[in-house]
Amino acid sequence: MRYLPHTDAARREMLAAIGAPSVDALFRDVPASARLDGPIAGLPTTKGELEVERHMAALAARSRPAGTMASFIGAGAYRHHVPSCVDHLVQRGEFLTSYTPYQPEVSQGTLQYLFEFQTQVAMVTGMDVANASMYDGATATVEAVMMANRVTKRGKAVLSGGLHPHYRAVVETHARFGDFRAVCAPPLPAGGEDLASLVDGETSCVVVQNPSAFGQVVDLSPLARACQAKGALLVVVVTEIVSLGLLSPPGAMGADIVAAEGQSIGNALNFGGPHVGLFATREKYVRQMPGRLTGETVDADGRRGWVLTLSTREQHIRREKATSNICTNSGLCALAFTIHLSLLGEDGYRRLAELNHANAVTLAGKLDGVRGARLVTEAFFNEFTLKLPVPAAGVVDELAAQGILAGVPGGRLWPERPELADLLVVAATETNTEAEMDLFASKLEEML
Amino acid sequence: MSELRYTKEHEWVRVEGDVGTCGITDYAQSQLGDVVFVELPAAGKKVARGGEAAVVESVKAASEVYAPVSGEVVESNAGLPDNPAQVNQSPMGDGWFMRIRLSNPAELGELMDEAAYKAYLATLS
Amino acid sequence: MDKSQGRVSRDGAAAELPPVATHSGHRGLVMDEKLIFEQGVEGRCGVDLPEPPKVARRLGGLERKGPVGLPGLSEPQVIRHYTRLSQKNFAIDAGLYPLGSCTMKHNPRLNEKAARMAGFADLHPLQPISTVQGALALMDQLSHWLTTLTGMPAVALSPGAGAHGEFCGMVAIRAAIEARGEAASRRRVLVPESAHGTNPATAAAIGFEVDAIPADARGRVDVAALKAKLGPDVAAIMLTNPNTCGLFESDIVEIARLVREAGGYFYCDGANFNAIAGRVRPADLGVDAMHINLHKTFSTPHGGGGPGSGPVVFSARLAPHVPVPYVVRDADGFRLVEHQAGAPSSLGRLKGFHGQMGMFVRALTYMLSHGADGIRQASNDAVLNANYVMARLQDVMTPAFEGPCMHECLFDDRFLKDTGVTTLDFAKAMIDEGYHPMTMYFPLVVHGAMLIEPTESETKESLDLFVDTMRSLAARAKAGEAEHFRAAPRLTPRRRLDETRAARAPVLRWKPAAAPVPRAAE
Repeated sequence: MRYLPHTDAARREMLAAIGAPSVDALFRDVPASARLDGPIAGLPTTKGELEVERHMAALAARSRPAGTMASFIGAGAYRHHVPSCVDHLVQRGEFLTSYTPYQPEVSQGTLQYLFEFQTQVAMVTGMDVANASMYDGATATVEAVMMANRVTKRGKAVLSGGLHPHYRAVVETHARFGDFRAVCAPPLPAGGEDLASLVDGETSCVVVQNPSAFGQVVDLSPLARACQAKGALLVVVVTEIVSLGLLSPPGAMGADIVAAEGQSIGNALNFGGPHVGLFATREKYVRQMPGRLTGETVDADGRRGWVLTLSTREQHIRREKATSNICTNSGLCALAFTIHLSLLGEDGYRRLAELNHANAVTLAGKLDGVRGARLVTEAFFNEFTLKLPVPAAGVVDELAAQGILAGVPGGRLWPERPELADLLVVAATETNTEAEMDLFASKLEEML
Repeated sequence: MSELRYTKEHEWVRVEGDVGTCGITDYAQSQLGDVVFVELPAAGKKVARGGEAAVVESVKAASEVYAPVSGEVVESNAGLPDNPAQVNQSPMGDGWFMRIRLSNPAELGELMDEAAYKAYLATLS
Repeated sequence: MDKSQGRVSRDGAAAELPPVATHSGHRGLVMDEKLIFEQGVEGRCGVDLPEPPKVARRLGGLERKGPVGLPGLSEPQVIRHYTRLSQKNFAIDAGLYPLGSCTMKHNPRLNEKAARMAGFADLHPLQPISTVQGALALMDQLSHWLTTLTGMPAVALSPGAGAHGEFCGMVAIRAAIEARGEAASRRRVLVPESAHGTNPATAAAIGFEVDAIPADARGRVDVAALKAKLGPDVAAIMLTNPNTCGLFESDIVEIARLVREAGGYFYCDGANFNAIAGRVRPADLGVDAMHINLHKTFSTPHGGGGPGSGPVVFSARLAPHVPVPYVVRDADGFRLVEHQAGAPSSLGRLKGFHGQMGMFVRALTYMLSHGADGIRQASNDAVLNANYVMARLQDVMTPAFEGPCMHECLFDDRFLKDTGVTTLDFAKAMIDEGYHPMTMYFPLVVHGAMLIEPTESETKESLDLFVDTMRSLAARAKAGEAEHFRAAPRLTPRRRLDETRAARAPVLRWKPAAAPVPRAAE
């Protein structure tokens, strides 16, 4: 087998050196009742590369890639154009097949790019410091809640109704089995939520997504002040990181912690994973941050270098008292983010955001008013919500058959809220053409 | 006349009157390695003997510091957080952690004196 | 002759030269590389984006007021920068990582090709189900492989990595205990002292009390001590098998039975599955839940720290609590159950979307390539390789325990006694020899631990060179060359780094020289 280099002769020589009669003898501690005599039944045997490729290609062919259709789906994952050199760099063996940088002398490549990543994330979110990434935006959000609980020594988290329902569900899972409560405000598609009134002396944090799951953009400064007055932390969630190329960042609005999804930069949709969670906070909370942190230092010759630091917060040292049980970060996805953002730079990041917003404004203009469809979102970045005169799920399925991924129907995201079933959450990015938008509008008109 | 006593967890307490100054021993600091961070209790905090009072972190380890005696914290070493290296350089002196007003001086009788602690250390290596 | 030219002198010894000083700061092929922030130029950009159409903005007046501060670089600069960084990394592609418990096996490139097929990579997780049947079919196939290899009836694919999988498995156990009405009484979780730090961290995070079980002299769970700790308040035991000392827990079937009879559950940390995959099924050992690290046993790339993937297999009594979303096969195709309402006993959602699909594709590609026979052979070779290393080092280094090991071998630092060389120093000297150090100081139950896992990817020649190198280092340590070890490494882009300084005064980002952009009033 191509991945297993030993010949039978080599195996015999090695067994002789060990002094064992057979490899089976090395498994002598396995109870007889659990020993399997041969390869497990019900699974195929080894296949050559060509055959495996065919099998995988056949599986891939049974789905319709977003790129083969006019794609307008967002809701937490966004289809952007990733420059070709990102994937080439990420596939260099020294990045792809290297391990966590616990031995810094032979990991300066990884450590330096993580330091750059941490800096980029702090910059775009307007915060003081960021970690070296988490699994995704949803897990970053629940880690932010748990951090707020530790910092404030309180146990009640207030979640905005505009928080992505999947993110809310993840927080609820942890609340149910952890030691805190989550109070969830109802979703209000047209905005107008009053979270400040839900904040009291027991509140550890308020979690609000901006732009919201409906696409709505709001000024969070009044909410930040209300939280501060009660000693609670403001956790701001961002699911579309490109938005910060144009929008005022959470740090400028008074956020204490930012939990975000970085997939939009450098990473393909990948059917939902792997993505890359971003986590940033203020300097004073640094020692309460979960996840890995890279820090600058010098080596024995006085030369600048980087190491993993503040590890005593982490599971492999604190064990029961760790700030989190997390072990891996999103390594390669964080690298892709860093490389793409390096290519974009100040000007490119801003221009990319402007393209996204312009396309969304144009699309909203074409769809608003089509046979009773009504734009619900006032201010938005690249995602908005339409209220349709019929349930949205049927419209989405019909349009998919016609080559249009029209967005996400409210019933898919909020199945427990029948009043939202006629909502359609629509996104536009720089990858959408005017022709696609016109097609969407005309097909929607036909359908309604 | 001050009394110096030690715990099995390598904390020391030096009592003058009804106030005990506490820290960690030279053995503890050498086991930890370079101390990078300390978390000290606020004045007024009530501690129980053997209860968690402070945290000391080195690069590779983090450790609770337990109160050697019960009482109320009257003062923490304000200069220590900015200069945690003191714990390594002067664990019995400038590297002190906190001062506790003893609520039960009889507890001292249950702690080890200098000779007993030295004998205890010998059993560890 | 001129000795400074470096020519071998007449008596055969090479001349001693001072280190080369270069003007550029580069050293041959190893380039010194500044941060991107130190190289950016205003107005430079590495992408060409079209001019945005003029539209009336609808941002509610919430435009960013100041610059982000990102540096501007061209595409050639970016490629050069990250290429240079990559050259400072050790990698499996370049050499052996004998890291115990990490399973640093070869990362096949066919995996990468498959993962990038548009029918996997360019799918949005919320596309209509009818348009993603191939992706759901793949998840179903992966599930079949995982459940068949482990003998367990159910699997959760969504956890993002091993630690996340542990969380999932332990939460499922807590959900099952709650369903029995015993949440208040069953709160204690038994964890060996040798366990990986994620185990107690996970248990504590879910509100369990952690109770450590000692090991016996043979490096395995002390069954008598375990029996003494069992009681009606025990929720679960968390074991790694083979354990973190690289040994198969010979009493595991009895341990599982004892815990079950006490009313508890058996969580198995699957980090060491590479020793037994295809030869032993965890279900036959009495496991209730086990996470599998796809980035260990199933070759998905470590990527410098991630992403991983940690699916969890479940026994029948835990199966009702599988998290959402999960794939269901109907008469006419596949669908996703995405919300708790559709699965009332489910423990809920753990991740934003469906799981690490990119890693599922890679793992399935690996499984298909190896087949059931190849997977079994891989386990055989992994165990063979570790025992070979043990056999060839046991006379000069000190194995922690007697007898054969599984896929990894554990040494302690007794062989370095009185040499002035610590495990850490020994590890740093390995670096100059072209090896990433083995896992050090873990498990905690052994002094100065050195845990070596060669994996099945190494040839006999590679192992022989590694073993000979380790023998040479051991000899040098015993010969009194402590200074050689303390000064190591000397041949790397950076020497030993000051971790104390990094922790005392953390510098976690680059900062511009000017004052930071003012934020909202405090």
